[in-house]
Amino acid sequence: MKRFYLGVDLGSTTSKAIIINEKDEIVGRGITNTRANYRVAVEIAKLEAIFNARFYLLKKQLGEEIEKHPEFGKYIDDIEMAFQYLQFKKRSDIFHSALLETANQTYKDELKNNIIQIIENIFTKINPLLKTEFLEGSLASSNQFFRDIMSEKYNEEVEKLDKELFEPMMLVYDKSITPVENEMVDFDFKDLLDRSVALLKKKYSNYANKEEVSGSFNAEINILGGNYEKVSDSLKKHIDFIAEFEFHIANMVGTGYGRALLPFPEDSIKSEILCHAFGAHAVFPDTRTVLDIGGQDTKAIQVDKYGLVTSFNMNDRCAAGCGRYLGYIADEFSISLNELGPEALEAEKEVVICSTCTVFAGAEVRELLNVGEKRSNILAGLHKSIVMRAMSLIARSGGVKNEFTFTGGVARNQAVLKYVSQMVTDSYGSDIKINIHTDSIFMGALGGAMFARRASLKNNN
Amino acid sequence: MSDTVKKEKSMILQKEMIGGLFKELGNTKESGKKVVYTFVPGNLSELIRSFDMLPVYPEINALQSGMRKMSGDYIKEAEKWGHSEDVCTYVKCDIGMMLKGNIGPTGEKIPDPDLLLLSYTGCFTFLKWFENLEHLYPGVPVALIHTPYQENGEITAEMTDYMVKQLKNDVIPKMEKVSGQKFDPDKLKTILQHSADTEDLIAKIFDTTKNVPSPIDAYFAGVYYIGPINIGFRGTPEATEYYKELYKEILERVRLGLGPVTPEGEMEEEKYRLVVEGPPNWTSFREFWKLFYDMGAVIVSSSYTRVGGVYKNGFRHDPDRLLESLSEYCMGCYTNLNLNQRVDLLGEEIQEYKADGFLVNSIKSCNSFSAGQLLIMRTLEDKLEIPVGFIESDLVDPRYFSYSNIKNRLESFFQMLEQRKIMVD
Repeated sequence: MKRFYLGVDLGSTTSKAIIINEKDEIVGRGITNTRANYRVAVEIAKLEAIFNARFYLLKKQLGEEIEKHPEFGKYIDDIEMAFQYLQFKKRSDIFHSALLETANQTYKDELKNNIIQIIENIFTKINPLLKTEFLEGSLASSNQFFRDIMSEKYNEEVEKLDKELFEPMMLVYDKSITPVENEMVDFDFKDLLDRSVALLKKKYSNYANKEEVSGSFNAEINILGGNYEKVSDSLKKHIDFIAEFEFHIANMVGTGYGRALLPFPEDSIKSEILCHAFGAHAVFPDTRTVLDIGGQDTKAIQVDKYGLVTSFNMNDRCAAGCGRYLGYIADEFSISLNELGPEALEAEKEVVICSTCTVFAGAEVRELLNVGEKRSNILAGLHKSIVMRAMSLIARSGGVKNEFTFTGGVARNQAVLKYVSQMVTDSYGSDIKINIHTDSIFMGALGGAMFARRASLKNNN
Repeated sequence: MSDTVKKEKSMILQKEMIGGLFKELGNTKESGKKVVYTFVPGNLSELIRSFDMLPVYPEINALQSGMRKMSGDYIKEAEKWGHSEDVCTYVKCDIGMMLKGNIGPTGEKIPDPDLLLLSYTGCFTFLKWFENLEHLYPGVPVALIHTPYQENGEITAEMTDYMVKQLKNDVIPKMEKVSGQKFDPDKLKTILQHSADTEDLIAKIFDTTKNVPSPIDAYFAGVYYIGPINIGFRGTPEATEYYKELYKEILERVRLGLGPVTPEGEMEEEKYRLVVEGPPNWTSFREFWKLFYDMGAVIVSSSYTRVGGVYKNGFRHDPDRLLESLSEYCMGCYTNLNLNQRVDLLGEEIQEYKADGFLVNSIKSCNSFSAGQLLIMRTLEDKLEIPVGFIESDLVDPRYFSYSNIKNRLESFFQMLEQRKIMVD
């Protein structure tokens, strides 16, 4: 039987899960926002990783076939997208009911009826919208979580309402979202699969019937549009196989700031410092310095040639300069976290902003806006200030030695990346190789999974 | 069982000594004994005792207030009086305590000073501390010695001369005036002999950690072991008696192959041996200690237990060189060593006591300890290829001890040591 290993990284902002095979290769990834109920966050990330791993196995099994038939790859990607949609839809339906329930309990008479009607209207409008964005747009691959997507759509609608309705609508939302987010929802892979196939069938039969296709249509869809039934039939037995494949997780390790609360045995809980370093080192074996910027911690870690930590330094007195700082700033500007980096990259200059306190930085931002400073310049300054704090930690931990790898959720932000590269080069020379990986946010979970595999091997020996 | 009984004996002795001292301090009005306020690093307890005066150590009072969870209120009091948040918390705790009636750890009032004696000026805060005490006790004479820093890693004859002159021309005349007694070299000679005996024993005690398992914890338990010398008993026969007893008990532990005693009993398995730099946190001392012994970590050497004297390098008070040896003692105090000397000392101990790791507990408000600690750590890491760790807390300000953050870092540090052991095996 094939053995797989799970690493879970319960961070302050996001919970990540990674599944690896017996060769330390990543086969599945799962991520969700961390919430009050850690168990739910972990289960969601874990389930997503397992589903993702099944698709990985499917692609692996098809191997060269996919290269020969690009439509196979497209078909599998589409099914994964439909999977995400169906899971989202189920939670969204629960949320819909919860909103109605809250409205019922909180308000009376005309106001209540009014609110209930508005809720119904909102869902009548956003349900088809979300379906299209998931199945035909890029929502499934946008790294957004249920809460983000829901709040964006809901707020958009509520903002159009009369002022006196805004408050009660937001209250109903706030009261309902957290319990829904903390509720565990069961999913069955086979059931989701059948429903996804059915969904796609409908989608492609629509395309097939269209005579003319617009210029934005891509070639793969075109191929798939006409061949849908054929592709579906030829992949059926493979898909059935992975649906029934018994997924054996031989061992798991939990890490991250919430690790002590994970329902894992004590020896399966590891420090995130070790895990991040181990993961980063596995991906880039010549790494000697790892910088991880997470939600509330920035860690500068030195590793040896085995990926073992020799020393580390973390922010001690304040989480200013970490991911949460960016989150707070995004809120201040009323833009989403994903928009921060790209806008900062448009700056003409970086305004100097203090990074010793998140709340103070917020006050500085307001003052700068007040005197007419451009938003992009302020954002650039904020990004730079985060990196300057990180650089001080790197220096304290012993500087940059040999290859430098940047991990953590913040490594996804292009503006932070720009300043990290700039400042590492300035301080430690242009011959320092700087590594960033698309999986940078998963490095802690990867390290955890690798520790799980090693512990399991050791116990078996 | 016999071990437990013996263990108790040294503890009883210590308790009696400390109780006796505070009783004596509470009784100065009747006895007429004069009181000298001074600091632990580079202290001249022998000289004070030779004039039959009693020493009071404000920083010891502060750390005891910290352990008794009273420092938070004292610090608040001092801040109300105008001290900033960044001022050394020993100072604020001490001043707060004085403002609140100067009640000592045993519940007795600590008498006002008759002399303020500053015999180590390497810590700039000490100077400022005494300036504040002058305000609190107007008219009290101050004796101040300028202590040259060991910039080149040595004590030269000129440096000693300079110190001896200050003792002769300033300190001793002031002590004669305050105590009403003439300086008595013979009396001081006897006292210094006791000191030397005590110091021999202390050096031997802290050297027992070379045993595996180590019979003692040289940091957390170590602070209790150095209690008697740091509270003014160096140079007394009682101190020699106490350390003899303690050494005997420890040797018995070595004979039986026992590990260190913790507040929750004997440590069962010694998993990690550490050398620690920097003072401990006092407000959460027990919780802090527990983080170590729960993980099977024992501290085989610590720089903090040397604040009352560095004996590892061979220094002993010398009855044949009275003022010279007192001067050398002042200049030899741990924080008066230059960074290379500190690195060498720590490095030797890491090797000699077979430490698995080196840890710094950096104190927010203590410049004389904290300055250079990162450099010390880096140098040791490079030189000895030893895993190192760095945590931050404070002496007696409870607001600066973040349990979960320290725990998180220590857990990572211990797992780092464990991983290394697995790889090496």
